[in-house]
Amino acid sequence: MKLLDSLRFRMAALFQRSRINAEMEEELRSHIEHRAADLERSGLDRAEAERRARVEFGGREKYKEECREAMGGNRIGSILQDMRYSLRQLRKSPGFTIAAVLTLALAIGANAVVFGVLNALILRPVNVPDAKSLYAVDLTNDAWESYPNYLDLRDRNRGFEGLAALGLSQVALDTGKDPSRIWGFEATGNYFDVLGIQPYLGRLFHPSDERGLNSAPYIVLTYAYWHSHFQDDRGVVGRAVRVNSHPYTILGVTPPDFRGTFIFFAPNFYVPMVNQDQIGGDSALNNRERRGVIQVLGHLKPGVTPERAVADLDTVGASLAKAYPKENARESFTLGRPSMPSVIGRPVRAFVAALMLLAGLILLAACANLGSLFAARASDRSREVALRLALGSSRNRILRQLLTEALLISLAGGSAGLLGSIALLRRLDTWQPFSGVPLHVPVQPDANVYLVALVLAVVSGLLFGIVPVRQVFRTNPYEIVKAGSAGRVGRRIAAREILLVAQIAICAVLVTASMVAVRGLARSLHGNFGIDPNNVMLVETDLKISGYSPASIQPMQRRMIDALEAIPGVEHVGLVSFPPLGRGGSWKANVFRDETKDLSPSNAAANSYMYVISPDYLHAAGTTLLEGRTFTWHDDKGAPPVAMVNREFAAKILGSSSNAVGKYYKVSDGTRVQVVGIVEDGKYLSVTEAQQPAMFMPLAQQDPLGEQWILVRSARDPQQLAATARTRLRALDAGMPLDIVLWTRELDFSMFSARMASVSLGVLGLMGAMLSITGIFGMAAYSVSKRLRELGIRIALGARRTEVLKAALGRAVKLLGIGSAAGLVLGILASRVLSFIVYQATPRDPLVLAGVVLAMLLLGLVATWIPALRALSVDPLKLLREE
Amino acid sequence: MTDQAQLLPGTLDLLILRAVSIGALHGYGILLRIGQISGNALLIEQGALYPGLFRLVRQGLLTTSWGTSENNRRAKFYELTEAGHTRLREETDSWNRLVAAIAAALSQQPEEA
Repeated sequence: MKLLDSLRFRMAALFQRSRINAEMEEELRSHIEHRAADLERSGLDRAEAERRARVEFGGREKYKEECREAMGGNRIGSILQDMRYSLRQLRKSPGFTIAAVLTLALAIGANAVVFGVLNALILRPVNVPDAKSLYAVDLTNDAWESYPNYLDLRDRNRGFEGLAALGLSQVALDTGKDPSRIWGFEATGNYFDVLGIQPYLGRLFHPSDERGLNSAPYIVLTYAYWHSHFQDDRGVVGRAVRVNSHPYTILGVTPPDFRGTFIFFAPNFYVPMVNQDQIGGDSALNNRERRGVIQVLGHLKPGVTPERAVADLDTVGASLAKAYPKENARESFTLGRPSMPSVIGRPVRAFVAALMLLAGLILLAACANLGSLFAARASDRSREVALRLALGSSRNRILRQLLTEALLISLAGGSAGLLGSIALLRRLDTWQPFSGVPLHVPVQPDANVYLVALVLAVVSGLLFGIVPVRQVFRTNPYEIVKAGSAGRVGRRIAAREILLVAQIAICAVLVTASMVAVRGLARSLHGNFGIDPNNVMLVETDLKISGYSPASIQPMQRRMIDALEAIPGVEHVGLVSFPPLGRGGSWKANVFRDETKDLSPSNAAANSYMYVISPDYLHAAGTTLLEGRTFTWHDDKGAPPVAMVNREFAAKILGSSSNAVGKYYKVSDGTRVQVVGIVEDGKYLSVTEAQQPAMFMPLAQQDPLGEQWILVRSARDPQQLAATARTRLRALDAGMPLDIVLWTRELDFSMFSARMASVSLGVLGLMGAMLSITGIFGMAAYSVSKRLRELGIRIALGARRTEVLKAALGRAVKLLGIGSAAGLVLGILASRVLSFIVYQATPRDPLVLAGVVLAMLLLGLVATWIPALRALSVDPLKLLREE
Repeated sequence: MTDQAQLLPGTLDLLILRAVSIGALHGYGILLRIGQISGNALLIEQGALYPGLFRLVRQGLLTTSWGTSENNRRAKFYELTEAGHTRLREETDSWNRLVAAIAAALSQQPEEA
C-alpha cells in the first residue's frame, strides 16, 4: 500500500510537473511576500524590504531544484529534462550529431553483424535435447573415420552413452513425378536415438531396423523438404518411393526445429547407412581404409569428463592401429562441437574471432573519434558550463547532461546500427550461395544480438561521454567568464591528441588488414592453379546411380567421351573422378617409396591427391605436361600400371623432379606404379592450401568410377554447348541424371571462403578508412576554427600560404604520421593471423606496405583538404572586425 | 548575530516537526515559530526550509493544504499527520538521550589513576 502510494506520488509528480512547479513558485513567492511585509512593518521602505526578503531567502532556483529532488519523482523528471536539453543542444549542431550517429551506427552495426555470426555459428548450441553433453569425436589429423573403425569405437568406448555416425550422400529421389538429385545424410540406425529426436510424423529409424547390408530400405524426410516438396501431405508416411531406382519406404518426417547437426548443411533426408551400397552406388561398410564417415557423435555419460573420454578413445585407437596396421595409422582423438567438422570449425572459429577483434577495434576507433569530438565540444562550451556553474547548477548535474547527450547519440547510433545489421543478417540467413547444394549460413539474429548491441551502445556512449568529464571538473567559472572566448585550451588538447593518434593507429591496422586481404584475393583470383577453367564445361554424372554394372561402366564412358568429342567446336574432352577445386572434394591415397617393404600407413611417404583420368584430360583441364608422356587408351588392365605425378610429388617421393620419369613408387595394395609423365603443380582442394603432391592414374587401369565429371573444352557459347551436350548424352541414355555447369562457376565453391574472408576484411578496412577521415577532419577543422584569429593575424602580417598551412595543420599531419606508422607496424603483426585464411596473405608484400602508406596519405589529404581551404581563405579584416 | 549557532545536520527536520506540532503553519510561519521557540538562537537560511518540508511531506509526516494566512495572503499550510506525531516523539526521545549522554561525557572530570 505504501509502495503504491509512493509510486502514485511519483507518477503524479512526473505528470503534473507544471502544476507542481507553479505551486512551488507560488509558495516561495508567498514566503518572500510575508517576509517583506514583516520587514516593511519594521520600518523599511517597500522596495528595500522586498530586496532584503529575497536576499535572506537565498538561491531560489537552487532551493527549488532541491525541493524537486526531495519530492523524489524528480529523478525521472530531471532525466527527462536532461534529455530535452540534450536534444536541443544536438539539434543546434546537426552536422556534429549526424556525423556522430552515423559513425556509431556503422561501428555498432559492424559489431552486431559480426557478433550475430559469432552467436549463430559458435555460441548457439545445436538444437537437440541436452546439447551440452553432445560431442563430436574428431581425429586430431582432421581425417574422416571408416565405418568398421566407427563400429569398434562405438562398441569399445566407455565414455559415451552411445555413438552415432553420419555420412553425406546425394541420391536420385523419384516420388512418381519430377525425379531429382537431392542431398542428405546417411546415418547409423541409432542416430536419432543418440540425439533424442522424436518424429514429427510417422517414425524414425532405429538400430533394430538394421539387419545387414541393404536391409533397411527406409528414408526419413526432413520437415523442410516435406514441407516444400510434399506440401505438408500427412499421407506420405508409408509411401513407396524410388531411391536411385531401388524401392524405398518413407518412414516419417523429422521435427521442424531439427535441421541436422551440421550448421552449414541442411539435409533433405536421412537414410540408414547400412544401405550405403544402394545410396552411394558403392559400399565402404567393410572397408577399413575407405573413410566415408564424416562425423561420429554422441552424448558423454554423466560424470565422464571430456578428458577421460578422449583418453578412453585413444586406447581404442591404439588397439585398432595394432590390430589393423595396414589400414590404420595410430589415431588420436579430440572432442569437438558437432555443429562443424573440426577441419572447417577451426578456421571458421579463428576467422570469426579475428573479425570480432577487428570489429571491436572499429568500435574503439569510433569511440576515440567521438571522444575527441566531445572533448572539443565541451571546451567550446566551457563558457556555458562556467555560466551554469556560477548560477548554482551542480557539477554533477552538468556531467549528467553531458553524459545524457553522449548516451542519446550512442543509443540513436546503436539502434540505427542494429536495424541495419538485422536486415543484413536476415539476408545472409536466406542466402544460398550455391544452387543445388543445401548450404547456407543460419544467422537469424536473436535476443543475444540485440542485447550485445545495446550494451555496446551504452558502454561506448559512457566511454566517449566520459572524455570531457575531467575538463568539466576542472572548470573554474570565474576564470573562464573573465577570460572570454579566447581562453587557453592548453593541456586539454593533449588528451585529444592522444585519442586521435590511437584512433589513426587503429584505422591503419584495419586498412593494412584489408589491403592484405584484397591483395590476397587478387592473387587467388589470378593465381596459377595448374588448370585453366576458362571455356570449360563440366558434365557431372553417376553411372552407378544410373544403374550401370561395373563391367558396362568403362565402355559407356568411352561412348560418352566420343559423343561429346563429336560435337563441332569441341576441342578436348577429358573425364576425371573429381575435378580439382570442385565441390565434390578430392580423393587422397597413401603412397610409398619403391623400396618400402612394410606398407602400413605410418610408413607412407605421403598422402597424395589422386585423380583417375581419361587420356585427353590434361588438355581438357589445361594442365601442362612438363615431361614424359600422357596416357593412351592402351594403358589398360593388360598394360603395366603407370601414373603421371605433379612436380611436388616427384620432388617429395621420387627424390627430384628432373629425372623422375621412369621411376617407380608403390600404392597401398603393393602395386608398383611407373611414372610416365610429370605435370605442373596445382591447387587441389582449396586455393589456400600449401603445395600438395598429386598423382594421375589412367581410367582403364582403375576400378570403375561411380561419380564422374567430364570436362568439355570449347570456345563455343556455353548455353548452346550445354544444350547440345545434353541431347547427345540423352541419345545414349535417356534416363541418365546429369548436371552441366561452367567450371568457372564450379570454382566459386572453393573460392567461397577466401572470397568471404576478403570481402569482410575489405569492408572493415573501408570502415576504418572512413573513421580515420572523420577523425582527422574533425581534429583539423577544430584546430583551424580555434586558431582562426591567429591565422588571420599571420596573414595580415604577410605570412606565406605554406606557412599558414603549416601553422594550421602541421600538428594534425604530424599526428597522422605518428598514428599511421604505429598502425602499420601493428597491422603487420596482426596480419599473421589473417594469413591462414587469406590466400598468400603476406603483409611484408612491398605493394601492401606502399598501398597502406599511400592510403593513409590520401586519407590525410582528403580529411585536411577542407580545413586547409578554410585556413587559407581567412580574411583578416573580416575576422578582426567580428571580434 | 554572532551568538547564533549553526544547525547540526539532520536537526532541521526535528525542528520543523516540533514547530508544526503546536498547530498548522505555512512555511514562513514555521520559520518564525522555530525562531520563537529557540529564542532566535539558530541560524537557518530561509530557503533551506523548503527542501526539508518537501522531504517530510514525501515521508508522509506532514500534510498540506492551501489556505489564507493571518494577513490575508494565500499560503500553503503544513500539519502533522499521525505518523508525524509518532516520529516527533521518537526523535525527541532519542535526541534527549543523545544530549544527556554527550552532556554527561563532557561534564566528566578526568581522573588520575
